[in-house]
Amino acid sequence: MTRVHDMGGRFGDGPVMPEAEDAPVFAEDWHARALAVTLACGALGQWNIDTSRHARERLSPKDYTRFSYYEKWISALADLLVEKGVLTREDLQGQGAAGLHALAERALRADAVAGALAKGGPATREGGPKPRFTPGQAVRARIPADNALVDGGHTRLPQYAVGAQGYILRLHGTHVLPDSSAHGLGEAPEPLYAVRFHASTLWAHAEHPEDEVVLDLWQSYLEPL
Amino acid sequence: MIVCIMKRDWTGPHAAAQHGRMPHDHHDHPHALLPPDPALRVKALETILTQKGLIDPAALEEIIDTYQNKIGPQNGARVVARAWSDPEFRAALLADADPVLADLGYYGRQGEHMVVVENTPQQHNMVVCTLCSCYPWPLLGIPPGWYKSDAYRARAVREPRKVLAEFGVTLPPEAAVRVWDSTAEVRYLVLPMRPEGTGGMSEEELAALVTRDSMIGTGLAKVPS
Repeated sequence: MTRVHDMGGRFGDGPVMPEAEDAPVFAEDWHARALAVTLACGALGQWNIDTSRHARERLSPKDYTRFSYYEKWISALADLLVEKGVLTREDLQGQGAAGLHALAERALRADAVAGALAKGGPATREGGPKPRFTPGQAVRARIPADNALVDGGHTRLPQYAVGAQGYILRLHGTHVLPDSSAHGLGEAPEPLYAVRFHASTLWAHAEHPEDEVVLDLWQSYLEPL
Repeated sequence: MIVCIMKRDWTGPHAAAQHGRMPHDHHDHPHALLPPDPALRVKALETILTQKGLIDPAALEEIIDTYQNKIGPQNGARVVARAWSDPEFRAALLADADPVLADLGYYGRQGEHMVVVENTPQQHNMVVCTLCSCYPWPLLGIPPGWYKSDAYRARAVREPRKVLAEFGVTLPPEAAVRVWDSTAEVRYLVLPMRPEGTGGMSEEELAALVTRDSMIGTGLAKVPS
């Protein structure tokens, strides 16, 4: 079973509403603050990018659907801060302990921001299993799409590709496996591939016989054909 | 509200059972302890974190300034203009973008693993993230609202041509569409086709023709007037 965030191919969402190229980067001031607070909290080092993505996906389907983009961010952040023991529920209610937090010395300082953003967080790793597939090879996206390690856990295999036949387009290298990393089970790096699928394999009414969709899929998401 | 909190308190037997299994779904919603209005929710969390020394207000300003004023689609436009002007640069960029972009200083968070895909008369490329909002930040900045919308995430993979039409783009029937769903930490930038009538233009003049949407694949480069 899938979660509400896995919406590729879904019907009923209506038209896309393009915005002017020069529209403000942040439509509201609080959007900018939500982004900045989230990035600054990430720098405390209490979780990784896969954990934070999963925190947004774990919002209840009702909340995920009704929340705007940055509402999801800020709500998932509050949940994660409590879950990881950084804040208490009393803190969120304004009734927590006063004074500096034990992690305060790890807070991101203004003069460290440019360096932290420029440094990024590469997902490639040395080692891991050897590549099993070569470009051009036919593969099938595994069934089911669920996280194989954790029931209801994080995965990056979208439901719409499940069981579909595709072709290896390229090997990206060996990347951290989100299905493991999101749950504190280690990085478990695996070969990551770009895999192309004919649109007509994925959709009953593809728009054009030559159209394709490419997904980045880890080796354990794929089976040989 | 108070009744709701008491009923869902994590010390209660029901909530304890929920916490006893992996992964922790947010049935008890710590975020609901914050004000429901999203702007106030951000403000409340920011205040709590600042009081505890976990975030530095000056660092937040620095993050916002970076993505509002320093990093944006002008970066990607410079890369595209150079690729249109310099065949060797273009070949290197398409073969292995990371070292080429790092040389230009366009490396960083959400752009650690870049792949540049080239539009041709036979193939049009378009980028989406159906599972969240993955986007090449060092080259394009923070994604526009439509890129993060349910409608774009749901429909770009299934009916890219209808989505393109909503952006005013109609492709000839001989052009196949390849949609890249950013399911891993690889980020994609579209290299749009150089418009007719731009021979002899400088890189700076060319960069002014490169729109953000043309580098996502929902637009084409501007034709000089």
